[in-house]
Amino acid sequence: MKRTTLLSLQIAVGILLLIVWHLLTTVKFGAKPILDPFFFSRPLDVLARVWKDFYAGTIWRHLGITLLETVLAFITGAIGGIVFGFVFARGEIVAAVFDPYIKAANALPRVVLAPIFMLWFGLGIWSKVALGFTLVFFIVFFNVYQGVREVSPTILANARMLGMNERQLLRHVYWPAALTWMFSSLHTSVGFALVGAVVGEYLGSSAGLGYKIHEAESVFDVTGVFAGMVILAVFVIIIDTIVTAIENRLLIWRPQAQSTTAQG
Amino acid sequence: MGESAQAASAAVALRGVSIAFLLPKGGTYPAVAATDLVVAPGEFVAIVGPTGCGKSTLLNVAAGLIQPSTGTTSIFGRPLAGLNAEAGFLFQQDALMPWKTALDNVAVALEPRGVPRKEALERARQWLDRVGLSVFVDRYPHMLSGGQKKRVALAQILIRDPRILLMDEPFGPLDAQTRQIMGNLLLDLWAQDKKAVLFVTHDLEEAIALADRVVVMSAGPAATIVGDTAIDLGRPRDIAEIRTEPRFHAIHKQIWATLRGEVQKAYAQGEGRRA
Repeated sequence: MKRTTLLSLQIAVGILLLIVWHLLTTVKFGAKPILDPFFFSRPLDVLARVWKDFYAGTIWRHLGITLLETVLAFITGAIGGIVFGFVFARGEIVAAVFDPYIKAANALPRVVLAPIFMLWFGLGIWSKVALGFTLVFFIVFFNVYQGVREVSPTILANARMLGMNERQLLRHVYWPAALTWMFSSLHTSVGFALVGAVVGEYLGSSAGLGYKIHEAESVFDVTGVFAGMVILAVFVIIIDTIVTAIENRLLIWRPQAQSTTAQG
Repeated sequence: MGESAQAASAAVALRGVSIAFLLPKGGTYPAVAATDLVVAPGEFVAIVGPTGCGKSTLLNVAAGLIQPSTGTTSIFGRPLAGLNAEAGFLFQQDALMPWKTALDNVAVALEPRGVPRKEALERARQWLDRVGLSVFVDRYPHMLSGGQKKRVALAQILIRDPRILLMDEPFGPLDAQTRQIMGNLLLDLWAQDKKAVLFVTHDLEEAIALADRVVVMSAGPAATIVGDTAIDLGRPRDIAEIRTEPRFHAIHKQIWATLRGEVQKAYAQGEGRRA
């Protein structure tokens, strides 16, 4: 399918949904519309609210805080995941000893940690960064672990026969292999960094998109909730587009990367 | 005296090397029984044998990638400890780093030697030129054909100027024409400075066309060398043309007489295992 055709179809689906929403909340059957605007709001009201938020400039501070939390959670989580992924992949004994604890920690629903992080790190950005960290860390950790463990034995044997020492193997073989796996999970981990930030804000903070949504919700301002979600959705799409661009640039050597650019 | 002098000067000398693998269910599988194999400096030796006879295993011992269960390996008279630093190893499977371009794959081979990066890149360019890939220096391995990848791998090994080349069915995955072209390229490069070569293949014609000496291994388990034939064909050779010479056919017939029995034995065992 051509890019323009695809894009217009994608936009058509969005407009259709908006029209359905609009009709259900405005066209009256008897005294009231089918969906009560008090609970469902109206698309035009939501758009007007989004416009107002941006026009008044109040939203930028919240967006900035959420973005900062997301970026910090991603960076710390990724660094931690890479370091521990490497150590565990290269040390059989360490991996075996810690295995049940890693699994237990990863199985724990992270939301239950949010109140504890708030006690430890306060209501500012750091409790949200910590929550995002616990989500990102495990994704990157498992991917790097697997990436290092599954380096082709032939490539490894070849590099050894070329005379590479441990440091050179790390740099030319293990590191690129681990990075590949990390980047293949980049969309997921960036997404989870954002989830951590927003959920953290939602549960207790004084700024950020999650806070905005929670604030609107607590006064039954459904339009405010939808406006927050629209802004969040657009924000996610922009971040995802940037991640895709970074990925295509960094994984240029991969066969898949080539086919992606061919399509675009 | 005579034998020890020969061993001291040999590029590769395997003495009484046997290899047994531990089985997952316990016990051991004797892959290779006590085997002697000597490759003189500048000699091109090919090992042929039925599939799974342990010829690659023997090559891995010479490379230091596998420790033999018994026996000794010496390289230019010195006992081998760890990996064989004198050898370049050409693998059957893709061994190039997929995240590096052809040029970087070749240049990185000089890094363990401490060659400055700029000089390494310069020499890598020259080597890619010598293997006929000067146009493809910036390509990643997945953008190269099977034969082109082998050329890069060959450059990667030869840039280090090893005194021994160990080759494990290097041209196995290639089509017939590409194999001949690669064989001729290998002979051209080898003729320039005559490294000692140990070349494993299942293709007897390829072995005869390339080598000075063809060694036949028996079917496993406990495989060992059952034939050793000097190839008295002149050099330089053309892989494609030499196959039409009567002397080539005579040698082929002679070695095949030994090899055929082993291939049948291996095949019968394979059938038996499947039944």
